[in-house]
Amino acid sequence: MHRRFHRSQIKSSPGWVFVLPSLVLVVLIGLPLFALVWRSIGKDFFTYALSENAFSALKLSLLTSSISVGLGLLTGTPLAYLLARWKFPGHTLIDMLVDVPVVLPPAVAGIALLMAFGRMGILGRWLNMIGITIPFTTVAVVIAQSFVATPFLVRSAKIGFAAIDPQLQEAAWIEGANEWQVFRYVMIPIAGRALLTGVIMSWTRSLGEFGATILFAGNLEGTTQTMPLAIYVGFEQDMKIALTLSVMLLAVSLVFMALLRRLEEPSN
Amino acid sequence: MKRLTLFSLMATLAMLFAACAPAATPTAAPTAAPATQAPTAVPTSAPTATAEPQTLTVFAAASLTGAFGDIGKAFEAANPNVTVKFNFAGSQSLRTQIEQGAAVDVFASADHKNMDPLTSENLVASGADQDFATNLLTVILPPSNPANLQTLQDLAKPGLKLVLADASVPVGNYSRQVLSNLSKDPTYGTDFSTKVLANVVSNETDVKQVVAKVDQGEGDAGIVYVTDALAAPDLKFISIPADYNVIARYPIAALEKAPNPDLAKAFVAYVLSADGQAVLKKWGFSPVTP
Repeated sequence: MHRRFHRSQIKSSPGWVFVLPSLVLVVLIGLPLFALVWRSIGKDFFTYALSENAFSALKLSLLTSSISVGLGLLTGTPLAYLLARWKFPGHTLIDMLVDVPVVLPPAVAGIALLMAFGRMGILGRWLNMIGITIPFTTVAVVIAQSFVATPFLVRSAKIGFAAIDPQLQEAAWIEGANEWQVFRYVMIPIAGRALLTGVIMSWTRSLGEFGATILFAGNLEGTTQTMPLAIYVGFEQDMKIALTLSVMLLAVSLVFMALLRRLEEPSN
Repeated sequence: MKRLTLFSLMATLAMLFAACAPAATPTAAPTAAPATQAPTAVPTSAPTATAEPQTLTVFAAASLTGAFGDIGKAFEAANPNVTVKFNFAGSQSLRTQIEQGAAVDVFASADHKNMDPLTSENLVASGADQDFATNLLTVILPPSNPANLQTLQDLAKPGLKLVLADASVPVGNYSRQVLSNLSKDPTYGTDFSTKVLANVVSNETDVKQVVAKVDQGEGDAGIVYVTDALAAPDLKFISIPADYNVIARYPIAALEKAPNPDLAKAFVAYVLSADGQAVLKKWGFSPVTP
């Protein structure tokens, strides 16, 4: 009895083989973040943080990322549901298509968006004829963010829906529920956790979007200059501006993460 | 098992140590501290010697992309053991990278605003930078000229999509100077600059991005260097009269901490030589007039 207890204690304490490599990674991720915050501290912090430039970039980032996550939920959730629960021709193709932006370099995404929605783009030229131009507008920022970020939401939601026991669905049908009711009252609550994870991932990805935005939407304060663009331009002018804005963006992302993790908790 | 543990322990310690050491010092001294530099004292066996292969790193303004590409090839042909590596970007971006400790041999900037601070930060020896070319500005339009622009006055048309470089980029700064010069002329009106700037739809991070946005037809017009307009022959342009134009002076310098100091000086000398100047002239640059 005594012996067995001793043994299990050894087993449950992780060996150095696990601890040390883990430590390397923790330092690799932790140190730059610490350095960022550490170096941003100074009497200028609030001068830059409360500047009009920082305020308009933050406002624009919050607005555009919220809209793209909203659009992502409206379009991505049904698509994830279809992909997870239904079989139809072209299923594999659409499944792969939606995953492409995840592996696509953002600069490529920006060029692809220009080719489609730019003034000379294959759809953009028709829109232009009826007086709608997308590049250099806030709409372009939202499109760029949706393009790169929504696939994260679809991926996560799809896994959530696919994991639901089909018997639950059948039970609901027997009780007389229609497809929408099954989706609304059975699927959504059970897959809620996976959906929230998707929301976190796509929201933070939207907030961080840079490459596609600068190529497709350009860079104009108040209209298309989101936080990452303001940080990039700031980096070339004054490191202090870039540091301050970086810490602000980091803080916003952390708040989102903490908030949504909290929302996640009651369901598990 | 034991060996593995020991190995990973050592690796971790080494990494921690390497990571902590530089982090501790710079906070105290926010002066120009391009801390780590590859062994600077590597004996560069004079550029002419047969010797081992060498790589020369040149940071140059985006507007020099074409001309320096050619100069690099000619320099490599003259020095068979040398490979020239270029980093073309907005001068303000290159300057930041140099200040953050990038290992660079030569820096060629599109303005003095991004060269002179390097002198005061001791990254370039004082008096070491020399002007090697000048450039002028012009207005470019997409081949289809969607906004139907004919004169400089048309830039003030409301609703026009004008693409400029950011004010921190040399060409963006020069563009704004041109607009303010034009505003001093009554034919354009004192509010000309304000009206034109109200049409700006994007502030790009280097001159080539301005060219790309106009070439794609996304912007109705842009302001770039004459050399960029020449390098993109399908673009239309509206020239800016000399009275209002700004002469952009390009300085070049070998950096104090150049990994290959002799080679760096040789490259600068080549750019200033008759051969180098001929290439620059071919790409539309003008020589420096004292």
